[in-house]
Amino acid sequence: MFDLLSSRLNETFRKLRSRGFINEKDIDETLREIRLALLEADVNFKVVKDFISNIRGKIEKTEITKSLTPSQQIIKIVHDELVELLGNTPQKVSYSSKPPTIFMLVGLQGSGKTSTAAKLAYFLKKQNKKTLLIAADIYRPAAIDQLKTLCEEISVPFFSLGPKTSPVEIARKGVSEASSGFYDAVILDTAGRLHIDKEMLDELLRIKQEVHPHYILLVVDAMTGQDAVNIASSFNEQVGIDGLIMTKLDGDARGGAALSVKSITGKPIYFASFGEKSNSLQIFYPDRIASRILGFGDVLTLVEKAEEVIDLEKAKQIEDKLKKQELTLEDFLSQIEDLRKMGPVNQIFEMLPGLDKLKSNDTRVDEKYFVRTQAIIQSMTPEERKNSNILNGNRRARIAQGSGVTIQDVNQLLKQFEQMRKIVKQFGKINRVPFGKKFFPFMK
Amino acid sequence: MKITDEKLFEKLKRRLRKSRENLTHELSSIFPRLTRFEEHVWEKVEEILLGADVGVTTTIKLVSNLKEKVKRGELKNPPEILEYLKGELITILRKEEDVLLKDNQLNVFLIVGVNGTGKTTTIAKMAHQVKQKNLKPILCASDTFRAAAIEQLQVWAKKLDIECVCHKRGANPSAVAFDAVHAALARKANVLLIDTAGRLHTYLNLMEELKKVKRIIECEAPKANLKTLLVVDATTGHNGITQAKVFQETLGIDGIILTKLDGTARGGIVIAIQDELKIPIKLIGIGEGLEDLREFNPDEFTEALLSE
Repeated sequence: MFDLLSSRLNETFRKLRSRGFINEKDIDETLREIRLALLEADVNFKVVKDFISNIRGKIEKTEITKSLTPSQQIIKIVHDELVELLGNTPQKVSYSSKPPTIFMLVGLQGSGKTSTAAKLAYFLKKQNKKTLLIAADIYRPAAIDQLKTLCEEISVPFFSLGPKTSPVEIARKGVSEASSGFYDAVILDTAGRLHIDKEMLDELLRIKQEVHPHYILLVVDAMTGQDAVNIASSFNEQVGIDGLIMTKLDGDARGGAALSVKSITGKPIYFASFGEKSNSLQIFYPDRIASRILGFGDVLTLVEKAEEVIDLEKAKQIEDKLKKQELTLEDFLSQIEDLRKMGPVNQIFEMLPGLDKLKSNDTRVDEKYFVRTQAIIQSMTPEERKNSNILNGNRRARIAQGSGVTIQDVNQLLKQFEQMRKIVKQFGKINRVPFGKKFFPFMK
Repeated sequence: MKITDEKLFEKLKRRLRKSRENLTHELSSIFPRLTRFEEHVWEKVEEILLGADVGVTTTIKLVSNLKEKVKRGELKNPPEILEYLKGELITILRKEEDVLLKDNQLNVFLIVGVNGTGKTTTIAKMAHQVKQKNLKPILCASDTFRAAAIEQLQVWAKKLDIECVCHKRGANPSAVAFDAVHAALARKANVLLIDTAGRLHTYLNLMEELKKVKRIIECEAPKANLKTLLVVDATTGHNGITQAKVFQETLGIDGIILTKLDGTARGGIVIAIQDELKIPIKLIGIGEGLEDLREFNPDEFTEALLSE
């Protein structure tokens, strides 16, 4: 259902190309496409309205009609405008000169405060900050246990007074314990509450007045729809927030809520969370989310992930082999291994632009395919891996049995491998990187 | 689940009172000034629907339908348009006659959903309401992944004074379900409520895990009335459709429980879900109290949806 904005725009412009010129009406149609894309990404409709009229102004100024690649240029304008709105550079946390720096997490039920609290603690720990986690959610059953367990997992100290003490009291005692224990940072996990629950918001206000947090961060679920603006502005007006954390970005939500809340409250987004593991909290990069909202995938994060796991030496070797067209099954295997090290295959493919189209065609990438391929290659002898031509019927039968698949599966793999080699040969001739700058004009 | 409570939807109704005047007012404030229906009038109608998270595809469909009717002269003024729109929404949300709770057999409800939609709380509410009818519920803590999820369910079980089958954290969710099904059969329970770990639908392996839980239940209690219910948070936007789609395709969903309607979110995404995937909405959560889980009523829901 998530049509790629770029492909939709291209479609719009393809129709126009035969005419050779673009008029006002064409721009209207284009803007309507952009509007729909933003709405599908769950950007609030009021925000979309302002955004579109802004874009219209920009497009008129740049005399887009004279451009040879109007769709690319419009996308660039939209992307830049999004980045601008989301805040150009990543936000840095500044630590208080009088420690501890206090972070207070607030938000609706189920937005992910407790998990985020633990992830933030882990993040701060990695920065060598001595961190104390305070459990002030006395309402949800076992919320304190949850934080305690998470703290044990990441070995971060934990403070609680049980579910019978008031959250204000817990916060006060926790912070004073942190001060006397020379902690650098304190994270205060509060109970989830509705943004229209006056009584519960007053409680947050009382905690705020008691401990004066340096950062009150609103935790927002990336899947939130139109209501994100009401939630954010209500928390901001009644309690006062300093920034936001977006959670559950490991799903396929486009995260338009980020744009909504940023433009309504003006507060920066500090962190983004991409998974269930404790290391999945990252600094928020506006340009990456901008690409995501527009459905362009998240190439930069992918590149970073790849850099983490891929051995440059080995990559160089494979590249040389590719050039000499000597790719073997052994190399194929090591590439699959690298790919899988980067995380669930689906998550990786989602980051690639154009590939979410694959999904809409119901051809989901099956993680099992890679497992099976690995097993098949691992069932081959070193010689067979180097020279696939020697694989006769007997050998194929043995490999199939060894890896628990059918001979057809083995044949299919070999066929695919052959095809890949052919494609690689062609690449060798063109001698061009497939994902170059030309591919994404808006990338810096 | 049949709930016959007279003080229905208090919170929703408070919003309802304003609803009719509001939308009519909004529409009529645009219409009289115009001699014909211009594009931005429809944009306004679109915004009302989009603002309630009804979703782009369904909204466009509804609006172009309205346009067609106006063009043919079948609808003439704002109240008519409003009534027609409401009728359309109710048609989409048409009530299913099938009741969740069957008599004289074990009812197994497998509760699934993405993280943080309120699965565990919903289970507590369901268990409470089953108990109110003098039926016997049993809980099953198959969320063995999230820290303290088991404890959370146990706290509820203790509060409600019912049995909760659980293993340790990290145990196999299917194994817990297996034990729970046998416990439910042996103790002649009427309802078995299975809590599962929240999972984003993009993790295929976790979806496989759920499939296995379901297979186990089907194998061990073939005669039971097994219903898989997807819990959707009313604040969810377009992702709700994708969630429902993937859960439907991989697991098969019998109904939707829409939670957190007590906020300002109107949960319009269930209209898109119904429209595109035909999964009926069974229950709605409208508050934190144990009583605040209600049977879904299309008329009331539509009224509330169109309110400002």
